Amino acid sequence: MIAKMITKRLLVSLVILFVVSLLVFVATLLLPGDPAQAILGQQATPERLEALREQMNLNDPVWVRYFTWIGGLFTGNLGYSAASGGPVTALLSDRIQASLVLMGLAALISIPVGIVVGTFSALKRGRAFDHAATGTTLVLASLPEFVIGIGLVALFSTSVFKILPSVTMAPPGEAVWNYPVQLVLPTITLVLVVTPYIVRMMRGTMLEVMNSGFVEMARLKGVPERQVVLRHAVPHALAPVAQVIAIQLAWMAGGVVVIEFLFRYPGIGQALVDAVNNRDVQVVQAISILIAAAYIVVNLLADLVGILTNPKLRTEKAS
Amino acid sequence: MTTNTMDHDSVASALCATDVRVQTDAGVEILHGVSFTLQPGRILALVGESGSGKTTAGLACMGHFRQGLAKGTGTVHLGDGEMGNILELPAAQLRGLRGKTISYVPQDPALSLNPSMRIGEQITETLRVHRVGATDAERRLRVTEVLAEVGLANDPAYQRRYPHQLSGGQQQRVGIAMAFACRPSVIVLDEPTTGLDVTTQAVVLRTIDELAARHQVAGLYITHDLAVVAEIADEVAVMLEGDIVEHGATDQVLFAPQHSYTRRLLAAVPDLAGKRRVGQVEAITGEQPLIVPGPHGIPDSTSTTPLVDDAKLLPGTMPRTTPADTAAETTPLLRLRDLSLSYGQHKVLDGIDFQLREGESMMLLGESGSGKTTLSRCVAGLNDAYTGSIELFGEQLATGTRSRSSEDRRRIQYVFQSPFSSLNPRRTIAESVGVPLQMSGINDKHRRRMLVLEALDQVRLGERFMDRRPGDLSGGERQRAAIARALVNAPSLLVCDEITSALDVSVQASILDLLRTLQTDHNMSMLFVTHNIALARHISQRLAVLQKGKIVDFGTTDDVLNNPQHSYTQELLANVPAFD
Repeated sequence: MIAKMITKRLLVSLVILFVVSLLVFVATLLLPGDPAQAILGQQATPERLEALREQMNLNDPVWVRYFTWIGGLFTGNLGYSAASGGPVTALLSDRIQASLVLMGLAALISIPVGIVVGTFSALKRGRAFDHAATGTTLVLASLPEFVIGIGLVALFSTSVFKILPSVTMAPPGEAVWNYPVQLVLPTITLVLVVTPYIVRMMRGTMLEVMNSGFVEMARLKGVPERQVVLRHAVPHALAPVAQVIAIQLAWMAGGVVVIEFLFRYPGIGQALVDAVNNRDVQVVQAISILIAAAYIVVNLLADLVGILTNPKLRTEKAS
Repeated sequence: MTTNTMDHDSVASALCATDVRVQTDAGVEILHGVSFTLQPGRILALVGESGSGKTTAGLACMGHFRQGLAKGTGTVHLGDGEMGNILELPAAQLRGLRGKTISYVPQDPALSLNPSMRIGEQITETLRVHRVGATDAERRLRVTEVLAEVGLANDPAYQRRYPHQLSGGQQQRVGIAMAFACRPSVIVLDEPTTGLDVTTQAVVLRTIDELAARHQVAGLYITHDLAVVAEIADEVAVMLEGDIVEHGATDQVLFAPQHSYTRRLLAAVPDLAGKRRVGQVEAITGEQPLIVPGPHGIPDSTSTTPLVDDAKLLPGTMPRTTPADTAAETTPLLRLRDLSLSYGQHKVLDGIDFQLREGESMMLLGESGSGKTTLSRCVAGLNDAYTGSIELFGEQLATGTRSRSSEDRRRIQYVFQSPFSSLNPRRTIAESVGVPLQMSGINDKHRRRMLVLEALDQVRLGERFMDRRPGDLSGGERQRAAIARALVNAPSLLVCDEITSALDVSVQASILDLLRTLQTDHNMSMLFVTHNIALARHISQRLAVLQKGKIVDFGTTDDVLNNPQHSYTQELLANVPAFD
């Protein structure tokens, strides 16, 4: 039953990914200008342009190029970067790792913090903690991520305290996590952007669940309050929150661009900005597909959490 | 169940509540000093309409107050009273009592069982938190035992089921098993059979009755259904607006009621035999100012509403069907031919055929899932996915409302089950009632207002309701407004979908009275959809019993009730609770 559902979701995900690949491909086709011209500059001779077009397969029919590209996706060959000349995979692998580290750290902090703060906020409804939590999250949720980032930079590295570096400066070729201090500010920024939504959603669903019949029943059964919350209430509140977390994680995959740019963090976000500037079509396509895949994977995970916390979805109905 | 009350004082009480008062957080008192005593092995029914405070009183016995209510005052003592006053116990001690000494059976098991815990585990949890049984193996043994006691299967596979894998009746029996698991001395039952059909209700009531007697448990049975009270209770306490107005042995309260409120409540209960004429009572809750003065209204002896009224019921069949015009019988108002509807493999309606004559009222009886609401929605065109045909005055109707002519739409009007959701809360009553007029092209505001007023007069709401919004009205008033909206265009057919099931019995009685009057005065036809067979003789000339999308029994109301053909109808009739 579960296996069947998951297989179904996976197949649907594949279809979505296929559609996304089409869209990405068409979108890059529609970009104005000629990639070969963009690489070689205005002074290039027609012969050199023609040679480069041939090398980049730009003269092939569109559908051939599409299938070559999508075939490459499956074999791990994402093409060659027009700007650097090297394979896209080599160019991106470090960047992906760096971005994953940043997102992973942010998720590791924001998910538990969000759930715990949201739960407490709901349990202490109307008290000081709740007011503080709802107020703070409202302010944070209404600030754009770069404002939060700049605020943190001003607070911790330039104006008030000078304790944390405001930019990432790892030497090329060395992994970002060798300089943990440099990770602090970007991570905190991401956490502050993502957590408020989780807190507010968790608080809302917890309030609803705490008012439900089965929580009242558990109390009338004499179940200790702690167990009422942990065993009866929280699992029910998690399913909708998982959806919000998924959206937030997916947002991180794309939204990390701005924050990486702000902190000069060598992740895919910066790579994407550079690639667009350089009209590096292959890299743009690869990153777009990656971000789309990240969206699909996290949503799949959220669906899984939903299935696991709701037996109605994974068992047969009453006969 | 014995109903004598002689050994009141000789037996130690299991629970004694004295002068229990509960206020809202805002300081409004909603329970004005309620006192009662529960005896082991006996059941006290706490009867009242919505808002009478019966559930609040029941939960106060467990020291539980719902959101919005402040902690109550007064005393509640258990057994010999050595635990002290429940209302003043610290949380930890209270928790030790709940589920162990005094347990609770909820109104709606679908909401009160944790949907993501296996039922066996939910029962085991109760045992575990109260340290009943030394090991989990022992507890599992007890779970098996108690499941058998409530008449459920108790194999491990069954215990591993989730609540949604059980039917409503089975869920409620799990709730009862959970309440009996720790062998409590007191059990509070909060309308445990309200959502169940009569057959299941009968089984659940029998289970409660047996278990209470066998284990000498004292029961507090909260309900609004007087017929159920007659089946199960030894004593009855009638509650009105936070007060117990009458208290006594069941026979005495039901058959020789002292208080005028009790008498009116009893008169409002529809009976299967149709001996009483319900509806000639003033509505009790919120509709009219109460006649009973003060919280402890002295029973007024001036009005003597006899239980058995001059049965002024509807004629069994319409006079039009005299032999002379049976052959030449003009086209019926409504004719359904082979109406079917299925969702995928699931057949909701399976070939429905019937006719409805002008001025005739027909009851469509069935339990949830029988397809009765789907059928009425098809007739009204709200569901257009059916096959087969619906003819109005001999002309075939288009399937959906969108493709029907406005004249066809005018002629069939629909009243929804819940008056709480069928009226737009932001529109005044006059605006809501005026919508159908607008739709049929009456644009003159003044004229529309006149017609609206006329319709409101018909449902006895009057001018002062015109500019109020649904939020200011009681449930019964809202349902009247909804009926006025259906009547304003003078329809030929009124489809009433469970329109009284969300209402108290007294309000139900006044709505039934209204519909009967409208039907006879305006020669309107009516399709009255319900699950409550006891209403049959009070509203319909003909009766169609629907089961699994098929009409299994059909005929004049008297014929079907006196001589049911189908085993399902017989079963329903056998299980109707009644108190006379």
